[in-house]
Order: sequence, then structure tokens, then C-alpha cells
Amino acid sequence: MNSDFINTLLLTGKLAGWTTLILFVIGMPIAYVLAYKRFWFKSLIEALISMPMVLPPTVLGFYMLVAYSPQNAFGGFIEKYFNTRLAFSFEGVLLASVVFSLPFMIQPLQNGLTAIPATFREAAYTLGKSKTETFFKVLIPNMIPSIVTALAMTFAHCIGEFGVVIMVGGNMPGETRVASIAIYDEVQAMNFDVANQYSLVLFVISLVILTVIYSMNRKKKMLF
Amino acid sequence: MWFKKNIMLKINIERSMLTSEGKSLLKVDLEIADNELFCLFGHSGAGKTTLLRILAGLFKPDRGCISYNGEVWFDSDKKINLSPQQRNVGYMFQDYALFPNMTVRRNIEFAQKIKTPEEVEKLLNHFGLEALQKQYPTKLSGGQKQRVALARALAAKPNLLLLDEPLSALDEEMRLSLQDEILKAHEMLNSVTLLVSHDKEEVRKMASRVIVLRNGSVVNQGKPEEVFL
Repeated sequence: MNSDFINTLLLTGKLAGWTTLILFVIGMPIAYVLAYKRFWFKSLIEALISMPMVLPPTVLGFYMLVAYSPQNAFGGFIEKYFNTRLAFSFEGVLLASVVFSLPFMIQPLQNGLTAIPATFREAAYTLGKSKTETFFKVLIPNMIPSIVTALAMTFAHCIGEFGVVIMVGGNMPGETRVASIAIYDEVQAMNFDVANQYSLVLFVISLVILTVIYSMNRKKKMLF
Repeated sequence: MWFKKNIMLKINIERSMLTSEGKSLLKVDLEIADNELFCLFGHSGAGKTTLLRILAGLFKPDRGCISYNGEVWFDSDKKINLSPQQRNVGYMFQDYALFPNMTVRRNIEFAQKIKTPEEVEKLLNHFGLEALQKQYPTKLSGGQKQRVALARALAAKPNLLLLDEPLSALDEEMRLSLQDEILKAHEMLNSVTLLVSHDKEEVRKMASRVIVLRNGSVVNQGKPEEVFL
């Protein structure tokens, strides 16, 4: 295995790892609000979060690329205050990946929270526990399978991402060239052996992740 | 006479309810004395659970006031509404709501405001739970869960004990034995207990006073032997 192969896989893991971590931190509060709060534009928020599941990745990638342009407000702000451009950079791909993977993190977390009987929260409140303490000591421990599912689904989805990455990041080795793009590239160059190696690694990782998810979901059914 | 005793809980509230038979208004004006085991009797949809949830602070009344031992818990005019955390009530839910991630012992410890292992031992011993203390709730029978829920509710040393049909899911034999457990819990608490029930025999055996709710309104109240002639 040459260093390109290893670097591409490491970059793929780095992108998926950072995306998963960032989404977990911002996804949990969003999932909490969507699970327990009622507000008039909730359906709109839920629809927006779910959009990446139905939208062609190239559409999202295109809009992200437009937004990254220094001629537009967001791209201009980033260039002015951070002296950088997001298009065709790892950071740009990471941001697009976070947006594109939102539903894969938030939906399992939201489902996990709503599956916990409301009386658990109410019992904790009547026992004098604050919302924060209830969240960390009652809700989180009783939704571990949902958390594992959310992390695994997000990670697995990021590893296989193609359309958004190629639109926003192109195919720059060491910067934006992830495994799914490398497979396409190697096939175009008729290097089927290398394409097969990449494919096999992605296949095994995805299989392991899905096996973990199904195993955790079986435990979840036994919990309540 | 009950009304000569020290009045602990004053309730005068209204709240609209949506039941299977349509909209109705829960309207209750009650005074409950210290040490009373008070029963809320009525068919489903009468407003019993709604009243219990209002007392716990889980539901907000549309108007009225609630006070406990002189402390105002709710007053719609003065815009006072204490949170469930501030009211310190022991609430036993119909499904017991034991936390599945905690053992029996941990469920009781979690409820304590000041951690005292001796108090946990006392409760485990009182409700015959020593052998089950390391078990998780999913492994317990309905009767065992009920005893753990009672012990947990008492561990917080609550002002009020609110029991929402605690025996409805149990068979006859288990009901009879656990009625005694509830009476023991009431004695331990040495304050006011409100019990929701739709079983006349249960009310006769346990309650010092009962109100009968129908479609949100109090249609009868008094001692059980007077109400259920």
C-alpha cells in the first residue's frame, strides 16, 4: 500500500471524525429542543434538517460553493475575519459535510429522546432534579443505543460522501481527496486494483458500523 | 372533626381538560388536613390524574390558587407558580417511572437530597427490598416495582405524597398486600397523602376522606363510609 492510499484513508477518517464530533456537540441541543419544545415553525426546522436526505448532494454542494464565494456575505465574512477561502479546502469540505450529515445525527437523537417515557423526566423533576441534571443522569444513560446509532450513522454517511465533496472540495490529494473520490478517480484511470482496495475498506467499515447499530437497537428494544 | 385539624393543603383551582368525551372543566375547592390519607375517586377522564399533576406542578391551572402549610405554590392573580423542583412532592406514577439505568438502591439514592446511606438501608428494609437492591427495574415484577417507587418517593422526604392509581396494574392478591405498604408509607411520611383510585373497597380500607369527581366536578365528598353507603 502506498502513502497516497494511506493518506487518503486518513483524510477520509479525519473528515468523518470531525464531522461526527461537531455534529454531536451541536446536534444534541437541537434534538432536545425538537423533541421536547413546541413552537410554530418547528415543522419548518425539521424539514430543513431533513433536506439533505432528499436533496441531490450536488445541489447542496452548489449552494455551499456559492455561499463560500468572497463576493457573497458568508464567504466575504470568512475572508475578511479569518483571511481564508473555504472553497476547495478541507475546512470548506468539513462545513459542507456537517450541513449534509445533519439529519443522520439529529434524527436518531431526537427519536431516542422522544422514546424515553415523559414520566422519567417528570419523576426526576418531582424529585427536585434540575433539567440539566435530569438530562445527564436520566436521559443520556437511557438513550445510549440512540447515541451510538447517531454517531455511527453520521460517521458511515461521511465516509461514503461523494457529491458534496467533489462540488465543494474537488479532488486535491491531502486536502480534499477522500476515499469515495479516489475510487472514482482510480476507475477513470483504469487502476481497478487500487479502486478495489479502497472499496473493500469502505465496505468493511460500513458493514461493521451497521452491525453495531443493529446490535444496539436490539438492546434498546429490551430496555423499556 | 377533620376541619378542626391543622389545614395543610388548600386547593381552589380551575383548568379546562380535553377528554374522550370532549371538553370539560376541572373545578376543585378543597382543604386537606395534616396526616390525612385523602382519596380522589372517579372514572377515567374525571380529572383525578390532572389534579394530581397540577399539585405536583407538572400542569398549570387556568386560574386559582394552591398553598401548602401557608406557602403559596400557585396563585394565578399574583402570577406565582412554583416548579415541581420547588414543591418537593413525592409522585408515584402509574408506570412507576423507575429509571432503568439505575439499580433499585441507586433509584432510592438518586432521590435523596442529602445522601444518607442509613436512610437508604432503612427504606430498603422497610419495604423488603434488601435482596433486590442490586437489581435493575426491568428485572422486577409489578409489585416489586411499586415498592421501589414508594421507597424512592419517600427518600426525597416530600411534603406531599401523590399516588396515581398505584395498584391498578396489579392482581387482587398483590393489591391487598401493597395496600398495607401504602399505609406504611403514609405513616412514615407523617404528612398528607393523596391517592387516586377507582376501587371503592380500596378507598374504604385506606382513605380518611374521599372526593368523588365526575367530568371535572366534585359531586360528593366526606368519609368513605358516608360517601359509599
